[in-house]
Amino acid sequence: MPNVPRRPFLLGLGAATLAAAPITEGRAQTPPNALVIGHLAELQTLDPAQAITVSDFRILSNMYDGLTRFRDASLEIEPGLAASWSISPDGKTYTFKLRDDVTYHDGSRFDAEAVKFNFDRVLDKSHPYYHTGPFPFIFTLGPIQQTEVVDPTTVVFHLSEPYAPMLTMLAAGVGSIAGISPAAVKKFDREFSRHGGGTGPFSFQLWESNQRVVLVANKKYWRGAPKLDGLVFRPIVEETSRVSGMLSGETDLTIEVPADNVPELKQDKRFTYYEQQGPHLWYLMLNTKQKPFDDKRVRQAVNYAINRQGIVDDLLKGTATVAASVTPPAFNWAYDKALAPYAYDPAKAKALLAEAGYPNGVDVTFYVTQNGSGMLSPVLMAAAMQADLAAVGVRAKIESYEWNTYLGRLNGGMHAADIAEMSFMTTDPDMHPSLALRTGAAVNSGDYSNPEVDRLIDTARAETDTGKRAELYDQLEHIVHDDAPWVFVCHWKQNAVASVRVKDFFLMPSFGTRFDRTYKA
Amino acid sequence: MTRFILTRLALLVPVLLGVTIIVFVVMWLVPGDPATSILGTFATPENLAKVRSELGLNEAMPVRYAIWLTGVLHGDLGQSYILHRPVLDELLDRLVPTLLLAGASLALCSVVGILLGIVAAIRQNAWPDRVITLVVLLGVSTPSFWLGMLLILWFAVRFAWLPAGGMQDMFGPGGPGEIARHLILPTLALAAVPAAVLVRLTRTAMLEVMRQDYVRTARAKGLREGRVILRHAFLNALVNVVPIIGIEAGYVLGGAVYIESVFQWPGIGRMLVNAISTRDIILVQGGVLIVAAAYVVINLLTDIAQGVLDPRIRNA
Repeated sequence: MPNVPRRPFLLGLGAATLAAAPITEGRAQTPPNALVIGHLAELQTLDPAQAITVSDFRILSNMYDGLTRFRDASLEIEPGLAASWSISPDGKTYTFKLRDDVTYHDGSRFDAEAVKFNFDRVLDKSHPYYHTGPFPFIFTLGPIQQTEVVDPTTVVFHLSEPYAPMLTMLAAGVGSIAGISPAAVKKFDREFSRHGGGTGPFSFQLWESNQRVVLVANKKYWRGAPKLDGLVFRPIVEETSRVSGMLSGETDLTIEVPADNVPELKQDKRFTYYEQQGPHLWYLMLNTKQKPFDDKRVRQAVNYAINRQGIVDDLLKGTATVAASVTPPAFNWAYDKALAPYAYDPAKAKALLAEAGYPNGVDVTFYVTQNGSGMLSPVLMAAAMQADLAAVGVRAKIESYEWNTYLGRLNGGMHAADIAEMSFMTTDPDMHPSLALRTGAAVNSGDYSNPEVDRLIDTARAETDTGKRAELYDQLEHIVHDDAPWVFVCHWKQNAVASVRVKDFFLMPSFGTRFDRTYKA
Repeated sequence: MTRFILTRLALLVPVLLGVTIIVFVVMWLVPGDPATSILGTFATPENLAKVRSELGLNEAMPVRYAIWLTGVLHGDLGQSYILHRPVLDELLDRLVPTLLLAGASLALCSVVGILLGIVAAIRQNAWPDRVITLVVLLGVSTPSFWLGMLLILWFAVRFAWLPAGGMQDMFGPGGPGEIARHLILPTLALAAVPAAVLVRLTRTAMLEVMRQDYVRTARAKGLREGRVILRHAFLNALVNVVPIIGIEAGYVLGGAVYIESVFQWPGIGRMLVNAISTRDIILVQGGVLIVAAAYVVINLLTDIAQGVLDPRIRNA
């Protein structure tokens, strides 16, 4: 009869207990009156110069300030770490007067030298801390050549060409590199991305991979101490699990709940439902270089053919609004409310197609992504649009790809495709047109070209007067709407659900989150 | 026996080498790379070129594999492109939770599967056998992530007895009790399918053994039925069941990918899902290496257990 030895089993049990020891240490570090947030992704980095995802910036916006910042629930800017600024007449020199009452979480002082350090670190390859990169999104801040310290509270940015979006981009996520503590970068070096260190209302306390990121209130915050003791971001990637977390009371607030759960959560008396326009556009790129979309009438026809209100109401359950043109309404200062979206008018679509020489319809190839950041429900939406297009005689053959593959296929032009889904988010109305509509621009995959559009983009980019700039974007909007290089489908609205106990919370169109005045009743 | 173990350990090297080469080639064949994933809709040719050169992605595939392998042989699993930290640190953070979940599930499915299998076999065709067979059928055909979501709806949302996810309370003092409470639902979800499979196999193995002559002889000697079943029938049936537990270990480690996502369990499975979608090839390599090693080691342990149980295998 076999003899089963028992000792190894007991040893194994002992080893398992020992192995579990490290994860049970260092607990009880969550401040008592903290807000627990069901967060849509795992944090990747605490360094705003490296961060690449909206979800990371939702955390980082609580730890760092920019030179400028967005007004509450708006995309208009107001002073941040810079109390005031002036722009040279040629639009190439920005002089910022800094606040003198700001200290970093580590106690060191914020000044012009710190700002220079932070921009040199990401722009100058020979900087001793350049190796803490890469910094893929720094280019969005503009063509900064160098920064210059005039005195401890004055810093000058020299640009190689005028770049009017500069002030809004400095207020956006990447712009908050201005508020990084140089002392912390020097101390942690390559590990800075795991510790961070800034000027914001909350400071870093704890990051347990895939479990939680804990921030504690910065009692000395220069805008006044936050009301909460801290913030706990719990990564809950599965969207249904984020809803379960709210229903079971394990989280106080969650941002981005699935459209299907919105009606149920809105009715539940335990919760408050929040929404906010995002500077987002979901659209179909049309290949303007070849038939049939080289003809403006055909492009307009597909705009008339698609029932966008139906998609927004039925598929997206009201979590988006119908789009009219390239500029999202979230840009309250640069958006023309008078411009109405294309109506749903299949008869007109058919007439336009016939007029353009396609009375019997046309066959097209339609690229569809299966997922992707900002793409909402790309497969369901494609199926609905395919049916609408078929009703007017545009027979679309769908080819669908996984997001990374999809982006690869669109790189350098649409090639074999006639229609392709796409979406874009930005915090300045210049970014999207100049990357995707300007002749020969980098992600202008539909090869659209209109000299008047190019001129407006370039003029607006150099125009430092916000009012004049807004007018130029209004004109751009109208021309692009009429010329229809894309099918303008919808603008996504961010949403959030919080326990009714959570007070003074609001969503920001910039996708940052501001919790410094939020409290739990 | 020692030689047997050493031989098996030596085989670990080619197996792991093969696994990493396959993963590297597959990740290389899949379109997109970390640079396209980082830049997304901002992937202009200039930006791509800049990020690729900063990440060291311009080298040819075999060169990058060689660099990676050289690092591994020196104990350096490389640096994650997306998480900006050494892969080894990330893996160490996540290894214990995954082993805890996989270990608990494996233990649960073995105990439950074997016990129910024995009961079904000794009560063949009576009502306990029929009930167990029915439950097993349900168990085998239930997708584990769906079961996980149901468990959350009942036990976390409806009755609020157990947490809906995570591994620790956000405000709690921590400690093994807290982790154990969080472990219950994911373990149940992950153990259901392998437990059902084990019930079937144990039942079949037991039925076969109980028809053998030596069992009849044992009964004829006048031994008590309990002793006949445990000593003579069960221990011999176990020889056939133990290797299946090794295979189930693979299922449990693979199934952890879904279950960790549903329950936000901070383990390697979830890390792999993220790493694959962001094309973080170095992190994928590290994760797969660990999972493959765990699988091979568990299989080795079951082989040893089989050898201990069955002298014919040990001395072969």
